[in-house]
Amino acid sequence: MSVTTAADGIKDIRTPLSDADVEALAAGDRVRITGVIYTARDAAHGRLFPLIEKGERLPLDVKGAIIYYTGPSPARPGDVIGSVGPTTASRMDKFTPALLALGLKGTIGKGYRGPAVKDALREHKAVYFGAIGGAGAVLSRHVKRVDIVAYEDLGTEAIRRLEVEGFPAIVLNDCRGGDLYQDGQKPYAREGA
Amino acid sequence: MRDIHVSAITDAVKKLCMEANWSLEPDMLRAFDRALATERSPAGKQVLTILKENAELARTRRIPYCQDTGMVVCFVELGQDVHITGGGLVDAIDAGVSQGYREGYLRASIVRSPFDRVNTGDNTPAVIHVDVVPGAALHVMLMAKGGGCENRSKYRMLTPAEGVDGVKDFIIECVRTAGPDACPPLVLGVGVGGTFEKCAILSKRALFRELGTPNPDPTLDALEKELLERANRLGIGPQGYGGDTTALGIHILTYPCHITSLPVAVTIECHAHRHKEVTL
Repeated sequence: MSVTTAADGIKDIRTPLSDADVEALAAGDRVRITGVIYTARDAAHGRLFPLIEKGERLPLDVKGAIIYYTGPSPARPGDVIGSVGPTTASRMDKFTPALLALGLKGTIGKGYRGPAVKDALREHKAVYFGAIGGAGAVLSRHVKRVDIVAYEDLGTEAIRRLEVEGFPAIVLNDCRGGDLYQDGQKPYAREGA
Repeated sequence: MRDIHVSAITDAVKKLCMEANWSLEPDMLRAFDRALATERSPAGKQVLTILKENAELARTRRIPYCQDTGMVVCFVELGQDVHITGGGLVDAIDAGVSQGYREGYLRASIVRSPFDRVNTGDNTPAVIHVDVVPGAALHVMLMAKGGGCENRSKYRMLTPAEGVDGVKDFIIECVRTAGPDACPPLVLGVGVGGTFEKCAILSKRALFRELGTPNPDPTLDALEKELLERANRLGIGPQGYGGDTTALGIHILTYPCHITSLPVAVTIECHAHRHKEVTL
Protein backbone atom coordinates (compact mmCIF):
# COMPACT_ATOMS: atom_id res chain seq x y z
CA MET A 1 0.00 0.00 0.00
CA SER A 2 1.63 3.19 -1.17
CA VAL A 3 -0.67 5.69 0.57
CA THR A 4 -0.10 6.41 4.26
CA THR A 5 -1.54 9.18 6.40
CA ALA A 6 1.11 11.18 8.28
CA ALA A 7 0.69 12.73 11.73
CA ASP A 8 -0.13 16.10 10.13
CA GLY A 9 -3.08 14.58 8.26
CA ILE A 10 -1.41 14.81 4.87
CA LYS A 11 -1.29 11.57 2.86
CA ASP A 12 2.14 10.44 1.74
CA ILE A 13 2.08 8.70 -1.64
CA ARG A 14 4.79 6.60 -3.28
CA THR A 15 4.69 5.84 -6.99
CA PRO A 16 3.71 3.62 -8.76
CA LEU A 17 0.06 3.54 -7.70
CA SER A 18 -2.31 0.55 -7.55
CA ASP A 19 -6.11 0.49 -7.67
CA ALA A 20 -6.13 0.16 -3.87
CA ASP A 21 -3.95 3.26 -3.57
CA VAL A 22 -6.33 5.24 -5.77
CA GLU A 23 -9.34 4.05 -3.77
CA ALA A 24 -7.68 5.33 -0.59
CA LEU A 25 -7.71 8.90 -1.94
CA ALA A 26 -10.68 11.28 -1.70
CA ALA A 27 -11.30 14.69 -3.22
CA GLY A 28 -9.86 17.30 -0.89
CA ASP A 29 -7.05 15.11 0.45
CA ARG A 30 -3.74 16.95 0.70
CA VAL A 31 -0.90 14.73 -0.49
CA ARG A 32 2.89 14.58 -0.72
CA ILE A 33 4.09 12.57 -3.73
CA THR A 34 7.45 10.77 -3.65
CA GLY A 35 8.90 8.70 -6.46
CA VAL A 36 8.79 9.12 -10.22
CA ILE A 37 6.39 11.32 -12.17
CA TYR A 38 6.49 12.05 -15.91
CA THR A 39 5.98 15.46 -17.48
CA ALA A 40 3.91 15.81 -20.62
CA ARG A 41 1.67 18.54 -21.97
CA ASP A 42 0.04 19.54 -25.25
CA ALA A 43 2.69 18.63 -27.84
CA ALA A 44 3.82 15.38 -26.18
CA HIS A 45 0.24 14.18 -25.81
CA GLY A 46 -0.26 15.04 -29.46
CA ARG A 47 2.55 12.63 -30.33
CA LEU A 48 1.46 9.89 -27.91
CA PHE A 49 -2.12 9.81 -29.13
CA PRO A 50 -1.49 8.35 -32.62
CA LEU A 51 0.73 5.69 -31.03
CA ILE A 52 -2.07 4.75 -28.65
CA GLU A 53 -4.60 4.64 -31.48
CA LYS A 54 -2.35 2.34 -33.50
CA GLY A 55 -1.63 0.17 -30.46
CA GLU A 56 2.10 0.96 -30.67
CA ARG A 57 4.56 1.05 -27.79
CA LEU A 58 4.79 4.34 -25.88
CA PRO A 59 8.14 5.87 -24.86
CA LEU A 60 7.08 5.61 -21.20
CA ASP A 61 5.41 2.87 -19.14
CA VAL A 62 2.14 4.40 -17.99
CA LYS A 63 0.99 1.47 -15.78
CA GLY A 64 0.64 2.83 -12.26
CA ALA A 65 2.26 6.09 -13.32
CA ILE A 66 1.49 9.74 -12.72
CA ILE A 67 1.74 12.36 -15.49
CA TYR A 68 2.40 15.99 -14.52
CA TYR A 69 1.18 18.61 -16.98
CA THR A 70 4.04 21.06 -16.98
CA GLY A 71 6.63 22.80 -19.18
CA PRO A 72 9.49 23.84 -16.90
CA SER A 73 11.63 26.95 -17.37
CA PRO A 74 15.34 26.23 -18.01
CA ALA A 75 17.45 25.25 -14.99
CA ARG A 76 20.07 27.69 -13.74
CA PRO A 77 23.56 26.07 -13.86
CA GLY A 78 23.79 23.90 -10.76
CA ASP A 79 20.02 23.59 -10.33
CA VAL A 80 18.13 20.38 -11.03
CA ILE A 81 15.21 22.09 -12.73
CA GLY A 82 13.78 25.56 -13.33
CA SER A 83 10.36 26.67 -12.14
CA VAL A 84 7.88 23.87 -12.64
CA GLY A 85 4.26 24.66 -11.85
CA PRO A 86 1.20 23.02 -13.48
CA THR A 87 -0.46 23.96 -16.74
CA THR A 88 -4.21 23.83 -17.46
CA ALA A 89 -5.31 20.17 -17.58
CA SER A 90 -8.42 20.54 -19.74
CA ARG A 91 -6.29 20.99 -22.86
CA MET A 92 -5.20 17.36 -22.37
CA ASP A 93 -8.77 16.08 -21.80
CA LYS A 94 -8.98 14.68 -25.33
CA PHE A 95 -6.05 12.32 -24.66
CA THR A 96 -6.58 11.36 -21.04
CA PRO A 97 -9.26 8.63 -21.14
CA ALA A 98 -7.10 6.57 -23.53
CA LEU A 99 -4.08 6.86 -21.22
CA LEU A 100 -6.21 5.93 -18.21
CA ALA A 101 -7.41 2.86 -20.11
CA LEU A 102 -3.75 1.84 -20.50
CA GLY A 103 -3.22 2.00 -16.74
CA LEU A 104 -2.21 5.60 -15.99
CA LYS A 105 -3.22 6.16 -12.35
CA GLY A 106 -2.80 9.87 -11.82
CA THR A 107 -2.50 13.23 -13.51
CA ILE A 108 -1.35 16.48 -11.91
CA GLY A 109 -2.49 19.83 -13.30
CA LYS A 110 -4.88 22.65 -12.56
CA GLY A 111 -8.38 23.60 -13.60
CA TYR A 112 -11.61 21.78 -14.33
CA ARG A 113 -11.65 18.48 -16.21
CA GLY A 114 -14.50 17.51 -18.50
CA PRO A 115 -17.14 14.81 -17.94
CA ALA A 116 -15.39 12.21 -20.17
CA VAL A 117 -12.25 12.42 -18.04
CA LYS A 118 -14.20 12.25 -14.78
CA ASP A 119 -16.06 9.18 -16.05
CA ALA A 120 -12.76 7.58 -17.08
CA LEU A 121 -11.30 8.24 -13.60
CA ARG A 122 -14.21 6.22 -12.19
CA GLU A 123 -14.07 3.47 -14.81
CA HIS A 124 -10.29 2.90 -14.70
CA LYS A 125 -9.69 3.87 -11.05
CA ALA A 126 -7.45 6.89 -11.30
CA VAL A 127 -7.16 10.27 -9.65
CA TYR A 128 -6.61 13.90 -10.73
CA PHE A 129 -4.35 15.94 -8.49
CA GLY A 130 -3.99 19.71 -8.41
CA ALA A 131 -0.71 21.51 -7.86
CA ILE A 132 -0.78 25.24 -7.12
CA GLY A 133 -0.70 27.15 -10.39
CA GLY A 134 2.01 29.78 -10.47
CA ALA A 135 3.93 28.37 -7.52
CA GLY A 136 6.68 27.25 -9.88
CA ALA A 137 9.60 28.20 -7.67
CA VAL A 138 8.32 26.48 -4.53
CA LEU A 139 7.40 23.32 -6.46
CA SER A 140 10.87 23.09 -8.03
CA ARG A 141 12.37 22.41 -4.60
CA HIS A 142 10.71 18.98 -4.58
CA VAL A 143 12.35 17.78 -7.81
CA LYS A 144 15.57 15.89 -7.11
CA ARG A 145 16.46 14.56 -10.53
CA VAL A 146 15.44 15.17 -14.14
CA ASP A 147 15.98 12.98 -17.20
CA ILE A 148 14.57 13.53 -20.67
CA VAL A 149 12.69 10.41 -21.69
CA ALA A 150 11.33 11.38 -25.12
CA TYR A 151 10.77 14.19 -27.60
CA GLU A 152 13.81 16.27 -26.61
CA ASP A 153 13.16 18.44 -29.67
CA LEU A 154 10.04 19.76 -27.95
CA GLY A 155 12.21 21.65 -25.46
CA THR A 156 10.07 22.59 -22.49
CA GLU A 157 7.32 20.23 -23.76
CA ALA A 158 9.57 17.12 -23.83
CA ILE A 159 8.57 14.09 -21.76
CA ARG A 160 10.76 14.24 -18.66
CA ARG A 161 11.14 11.72 -15.86
CA LEU A 162 11.21 13.58 -12.55
CA GLU A 163 12.28 12.06 -9.24
CA VAL A 164 10.28 13.96 -6.65
CA GLU A 165 10.22 14.06 -2.86
CA GLY A 166 7.20 15.26 -0.94
CA PHE A 167 5.74 17.03 -3.99
CA PRO A 168 2.69 18.82 -2.57
CA ALA A 169 -0.68 18.42 -4.27
CA ILE A 170 -4.38 18.09 -3.51
CA VAL A 171 -6.89 15.55 -4.80
CA LEU A 172 -9.24 17.43 -7.12
CA ASN A 173 -11.17 14.49 -8.59
CA ASP A 174 -11.16 11.03 -7.02
CA CYS A 175 -12.31 7.70 -8.51
CA ARG A 176 -15.79 7.97 -6.95
CA GLY A 177 -16.93 11.24 -8.56
CA GLY A 178 -15.71 13.44 -5.71
CA ASP A 179 -14.86 16.97 -6.90
CA LEU A 180 -12.98 19.48 -4.74
CA TYR A 181 -13.81 22.44 -6.96
CA GLN A 182 -17.55 21.83 -6.52
CA ASP A 183 -17.36 20.95 -2.82
CA GLY A 184 -14.89 23.72 -2.04
CA GLN A 185 -16.58 26.60 -3.82
CA LYS A 186 -20.20 26.00 -2.73
CA PRO A 187 -19.78 27.14 0.89
CA TYR A 188 -18.24 30.44 -0.24
CA ALA A 189 -20.64 31.33 -3.06
CA ARG A 190 -22.85 34.23 -1.92
CA GLU A 191 -25.90 35.94 -3.38
CA GLY A 192 -25.35 39.01 -5.49
CA ALA A 193 -22.39 37.87 -7.59
CA MET B 1 15.98 66.74 -29.82
CA ARG B 2 17.31 64.09 -27.45
CA ASP B 3 19.23 61.09 -28.72
CA ILE B 4 18.61 57.66 -27.26
CA HIS B 5 20.77 54.85 -28.59
CA VAL B 6 19.14 51.44 -29.17
CA SER B 7 21.66 49.80 -26.84
CA ALA B 8 20.15 51.71 -23.90
CA ILE B 9 16.70 50.46 -24.89
CA THR B 10 17.86 46.84 -25.32
CA ASP B 11 19.65 46.92 -21.99
CA ALA B 12 16.66 48.39 -20.17
CA VAL B 13 14.24 45.87 -21.68
CA LYS B 14 16.56 42.97 -20.84
CA LYS B 15 16.61 44.00 -17.17
CA LEU B 16 12.82 44.53 -17.10
CA CYS B 17 12.23 41.00 -18.45
CA MET B 18 14.39 39.39 -15.78
CA GLU B 19 13.16 41.55 -12.91
CA ALA B 20 9.51 41.12 -13.89
CA ASN B 21 9.85 37.34 -13.77
CA TRP B 22 11.91 37.12 -10.59
CA SER B 23 10.50 39.88 -8.40
CA LEU B 24 6.75 40.13 -8.17
CA GLU B 25 5.71 43.79 -7.93
CA PRO B 26 5.16 45.18 -4.41
CA ASP B 27 1.57 46.06 -5.29
CA MET B 28 0.82 42.35 -5.78
CA LEU B 29 2.50 41.36 -2.51
CA ARG B 30 0.45 44.01 -0.67
CA ALA B 31 -2.67 42.61 -2.34
CA PHE B 32 -1.82 39.13 -1.01
CA ASP B 33 -1.53 40.57 2.51
CA ARG B 34 -4.86 42.40 2.21
CA ALA B 35 -6.46 39.16 1.01
CA LEU B 36 -5.00 37.13 3.89
CA ALA B 37 -6.71 39.50 6.31
CA THR B 38 -10.17 38.95 4.76
CA GLU B 39 -10.06 35.38 3.38
CA ARG B 40 -12.28 33.01 5.38
CA SER B 41 -11.34 29.74 3.66
CA PRO B 42 -8.47 27.76 5.23
CA ALA B 43 -7.55 26.33 1.81
CA GLY B 44 -7.59 29.85 0.39
CA LYS B 45 -5.36 31.17 3.17
CA GLN B 46 -2.96 28.31 2.59
CA VAL B 47 -2.71 29.08 -1.13
CA LEU B 48 -2.09 32.77 -0.49
CA THR B 49 0.63 31.95 2.04
CA ILE B 50 2.34 29.61 -0.43
CA LEU B 51 2.17 32.27 -3.15
CA LYS B 52 3.92 34.75 -0.85
CA GLU B 53 6.57 32.13 -0.10
CA ASN B 54 6.89 31.48 -3.83
CA ALA B 55 7.47 35.18 -4.48
CA GLU B 56 10.19 35.35 -1.85
CA LEU B 57 11.92 32.22 -3.16
CA ALA B 58 11.79 33.46 -6.75
CA ARG B 59 13.20 36.85 -5.76
CA THR B 60 16.07 35.55 -3.66
CA ARG B 61 17.07 32.72 -6.01
CA ARG B 62 16.46 34.76 -9.16
CA ILE B 63 14.28 32.06 -10.70
CA PRO B 64 10.89 32.60 -12.34
CA TYR B 65 7.91 33.01 -10.02
CA CYS B 66 5.95 30.94 -12.54
CA GLN B 67 7.39 28.62 -15.19
CA ASP B 68 5.18 30.30 -17.78
CA THR B 69 7.37 33.36 -18.19
CA GLY B 70 4.80 34.65 -20.63
CA MET B 71 4.66 36.57 -23.86
CA VAL B 72 6.13 40.06 -23.48
CA VAL B 73 3.67 42.91 -23.99
CA CYS B 74 5.22 46.41 -24.13
CA PHE B 75 3.48 49.76 -24.06
CA VAL B 76 5.96 52.42 -25.17
CA GLU B 77 5.42 56.14 -24.77
CA LEU B 78 7.84 57.67 -27.22
CA GLY B 79 8.44 61.38 -26.69
CA GLN B 80 8.15 63.46 -29.84
CA ASP B 81 11.55 65.03 -29.12
CA VAL B 82 13.33 61.68 -28.83
CA HIS B 83 15.58 60.65 -31.67
CA ILE B 84 16.37 56.93 -31.62
CA THR B 85 19.83 56.19 -32.98
CA GLY B 86 21.74 53.06 -33.93
CA GLY B 87 18.84 50.99 -35.19
CA GLY B 88 15.10 50.38 -34.98
CA LEU B 89 12.97 50.70 -31.84
CA VAL B 90 11.13 47.39 -32.37
CA ASP B 91 14.39 45.50 -33.07
CA ALA B 92 15.93 47.03 -29.95
CA ILE B 93 13.02 45.88 -27.79
CA ASP B 94 13.05 42.38 -29.28
CA ALA B 95 16.83 42.17 -28.73
CA GLY B 96 16.24 43.06 -25.09
CA VAL B 97 13.61 40.33 -24.77
CA SER B 98 15.89 37.77 -26.46
CA GLN B 99 18.82 38.59 -24.18
CA GLY B 100 16.69 38.82 -21.04
CA TYR B 101 15.01 35.48 -21.63
CA ARG B 102 18.26 33.69 -22.52
CA GLU B 103 20.49 35.17 -19.83
CA GLY B 104 17.74 35.05 -17.20
CA TYR B 105 17.01 31.32 -17.76
CA LEU B 106 13.44 32.24 -18.61
CA ARG B 107 11.26 29.98 -20.73
CA ALA B 108 11.04 30.34 -24.49
CA SER B 109 7.28 30.13 -24.97
CA ILE B 110 6.66 31.77 -28.36
CA VAL B 111 6.01 29.98 -31.66
CA ARG B 112 6.76 31.75 -34.95
CA SER B 113 3.38 30.90 -36.46
CA PRO B 114 0.06 29.98 -34.87
CA PHE B 115 -0.16 27.28 -37.55
CA ASP B 116 3.23 25.53 -37.75
CA ARG B 117 4.00 26.20 -34.05
CA VAL B 118 7.79 26.11 -34.31
CA ASN B 119 9.33 27.71 -31.21
CA THR B 120 11.34 30.88 -31.86
CA GLY B 121 13.82 29.82 -29.16
CA ASP B 122 14.21 33.17 -27.40
CA ASN B 123 10.67 34.28 -26.54
CA THR B 124 10.59 36.87 -29.30
CA PRO B 125 8.85 38.70 -30.77
CA ALA B 126 7.15 40.87 -28.19
CA VAL B 127 3.79 42.51 -28.73
CA ILE B 128 4.56 46.21 -28.82
CA HIS B 129 2.15 49.17 -28.67
CA VAL B 130 3.78 52.55 -29.30
CA ASP B 131 2.16 55.89 -28.54
CA VAL B 132 3.86 59.11 -29.54
CA VAL B 133 3.53 61.68 -26.77
CA PRO B 134 4.87 65.18 -26.09
CA GLY B 135 8.28 65.46 -24.46
CA ALA B 136 11.77 64.03 -24.60
CA ALA B 137 11.48 60.80 -22.64
CA LEU B 138 11.05 57.17 -23.64
CA HIS B 139 8.79 55.35 -21.18
CA VAL B 140 8.60 51.56 -21.43
CA MET B 141 5.92 49.56 -19.61
CA LEU B 142 6.60 45.83 -19.86
CA MET B 143 4.42 42.90 -18.89
CA ALA B 144 5.22 39.18 -18.93
CA LYS B 145 1.74 37.95 -19.84
CA GLY B 146 0.98 34.34 -18.98
CA GLY B 147 -0.78 32.16 -21.54
CA GLY B 148 -3.19 30.28 -19.28
CA CYS B 149 -4.98 33.35 -18.02
CA GLU B 150 -4.73 35.04 -21.42
CA ASN B 151 -6.67 32.09 -22.88
CA ARG B 152 -9.62 32.98 -20.64
CA SER B 153 -9.79 36.60 -21.82
CA LYS B 154 -13.05 37.47 -23.55
CA TYR B 155 -14.60 40.08 -25.80
CA ARG B 156 -18.14 41.14 -26.63
CA MET B 157 -19.73 43.79 -28.85
CA LEU B 158 -22.68 44.73 -26.67
CA THR B 159 -25.51 47.00 -27.83
CA PRO B 160 -26.03 50.41 -26.26
CA ALA B 161 -29.37 49.10 -24.93
CA GLU B 162 -27.54 46.47 -22.86
CA GLY B 163 -25.86 49.36 -21.12
CA VAL B 164 -23.79 49.40 -17.97
CA ASP B 165 -25.68 46.41 -16.55
CA GLY B 166 -24.75 44.41 -19.63
CA VAL B 167 -21.12 45.43 -19.18
CA LYS B 168 -21.16 44.45 -15.50
CA ASP B 169 -22.81 41.08 -16.12
CA PHE B 170 -20.35 40.28 -18.91
CA ILE B 171 -17.35 41.06 -16.69
CA ILE B 172 -18.65 38.84 -13.87
CA GLU B 173 -19.42 36.07 -16.36
CA CYS B 174 -15.78 36.27 -17.51
CA VAL B 175 -14.55 35.75 -13.96
CA ARG B 176 -16.92 32.82 -13.50
CA THR B 177 -15.88 31.06 -16.69
CA ALA B 178 -12.18 31.76 -16.10
CA GLY B 179 -12.40 29.83 -12.82
CA PRO B 180 -9.40 27.82 -11.64
CA ASP B 181 -7.95 27.51 -15.14
CA ALA B 182 -6.74 31.11 -15.05
CA CYS B 183 -5.02 30.72 -11.65
CA PRO B 184 -7.03 32.89 -9.28
CA PRO B 185 -6.67 35.21 -7.49
CA LEU B 186 -7.09 37.17 -10.70
CA VAL B 187 -6.60 40.74 -11.83
CA LEU B 188 -8.87 41.98 -14.61
CA GLY B 189 -8.03 44.63 -17.18
CA VAL B 190 -11.20 45.91 -18.85
CA GLY B 191 -11.62 48.08 -21.92
CA VAL B 192 -15.01 49.65 -22.69
CA GLY B 193 -15.61 51.65 -25.84
CA GLY B 194 -13.39 52.49 -28.79
CA THR B 195 -13.37 50.29 -31.87
CA PHE B 196 -12.86 46.52 -31.80
CA GLU B 197 -9.05 46.61 -31.58
CA LYS B 198 -8.84 49.76 -29.46
CA CYS B 199 -11.06 48.19 -26.82
CA ALA B 200 -8.81 45.13 -26.51
CA ILE B 201 -5.69 47.29 -26.22
CA LEU B 202 -7.35 49.32 -23.44
CA SER B 203 -7.98 46.11 -21.52
CA LYS B 204 -4.23 45.37 -21.51
CA ARG B 205 -3.22 48.96 -20.75
CA ALA B 206 -5.56 48.97 -17.76
CA LEU B 207 -3.43 46.30 -16.08
CA PHE B 208 -0.53 48.68 -15.57
CA ARG B 209 -2.24 50.80 -12.94
CA GLU B 210 -0.84 50.03 -9.49
CA LEU B 211 -3.08 47.43 -7.81
CA GLY B 212 -4.91 48.90 -4.84
CA THR B 213 -4.98 52.47 -6.16
CA PRO B 214 -8.27 54.08 -7.14
CA ASN B 215 -9.37 54.77 -10.70
CA PRO B 216 -8.90 58.52 -11.23
CA ASP B 217 -12.45 58.70 -12.63
CA PRO B 218 -14.86 58.51 -9.65
CA THR B 219 -17.65 56.84 -11.66
CA LEU B 220 -15.30 54.14 -12.92
CA ASP B 221 -13.79 53.78 -9.45
CA ALA B 222 -17.22 53.04 -7.98
CA LEU B 223 -17.89 50.57 -10.79
CA GLU B 224 -14.58 48.80 -10.22
CA LYS B 225 -15.23 48.43 -6.50
CA GLU B 226 -18.75 47.13 -7.07
CA LEU B 227 -17.51 44.57 -9.61
CA LEU B 228 -14.68 43.39 -7.36
CA GLU B 229 -17.15 42.80 -4.54
CA ARG B 230 -19.47 40.91 -6.88
CA ALA B 231 -16.63 38.82 -8.31
CA ASN B 232 -15.59 37.75 -4.85
CA ARG B 233 -19.12 36.55 -4.09
CA LEU B 234 -18.67 33.81 -6.68
CA GLY B 235 -16.83 31.75 -4.06
CA ILE B 236 -14.21 30.46 -6.50
CA GLY B 237 -11.31 31.53 -4.27
CA PRO B 238 -7.53 31.13 -4.59
CA GLN B 239 -6.81 28.39 -7.16
CA GLY B 240 -10.55 27.67 -7.30
CA TYR B 241 -10.43 25.63 -4.10
CA GLY B 242 -13.19 27.84 -2.68
CA GLY B 243 -12.94 31.15 -0.85
CA ASP B 244 -13.49 34.90 -0.85
CA THR B 245 -10.48 35.97 -2.89
CA THR B 246 -11.26 35.26 -6.51
CA ALA B 247 -10.07 38.63 -7.80
CA LEU B 248 -7.68 41.20 -6.36
CA GLY B 249 -8.56 44.06 -8.67
CA ILE B 250 -10.62 45.08 -11.67
CA HIS B 251 -9.26 48.06 -13.65
CA ILE B 252 -11.36 49.78 -16.31
CA LEU B 253 -10.31 52.12 -19.11
CA THR B 254 -12.78 53.70 -21.52
CA TYR B 255 -12.62 55.48 -24.86
CA PRO B 256 -15.20 57.26 -26.97
CA CYS B 257 -17.10 54.93 -29.26
CA HIS B 258 -19.60 54.83 -32.11
CA ILE B 259 -23.27 55.63 -31.42
CA THR B 260 -24.10 52.04 -32.36
CA SER B 261 -21.45 50.32 -30.24
CA LEU B 262 -20.68 49.20 -26.72
CA PRO B 263 -17.54 47.03 -27.04
CA VAL B 264 -16.22 45.36 -23.87
CA ALA B 265 -12.90 43.54 -23.66
CA VAL B 266 -11.72 41.68 -20.57
CA THR B 267 -8.08 40.63 -20.26
CA ILE B 268 -7.73 38.04 -17.53
CA GLU B 269 -4.46 38.29 -15.62
CA CYS B 270 -3.42 35.81 -12.92
CA HIS B 271 -1.64 36.29 -9.62
CA ALA B 272 1.69 36.12 -11.50
CA HIS B 273 1.00 39.74 -12.29
CA ARG B 274 4.42 40.69 -13.62
CA HIS B 275 4.79 44.26 -14.77
CA LYS B 276 7.72 46.67 -14.62
CA GLU B 277 8.41 50.13 -16.02
CA VAL B 278 11.38 52.28 -16.86
CA THR B 279 11.86 55.80 -18.21
CA LEU B 280 14.84 56.55 -20.41
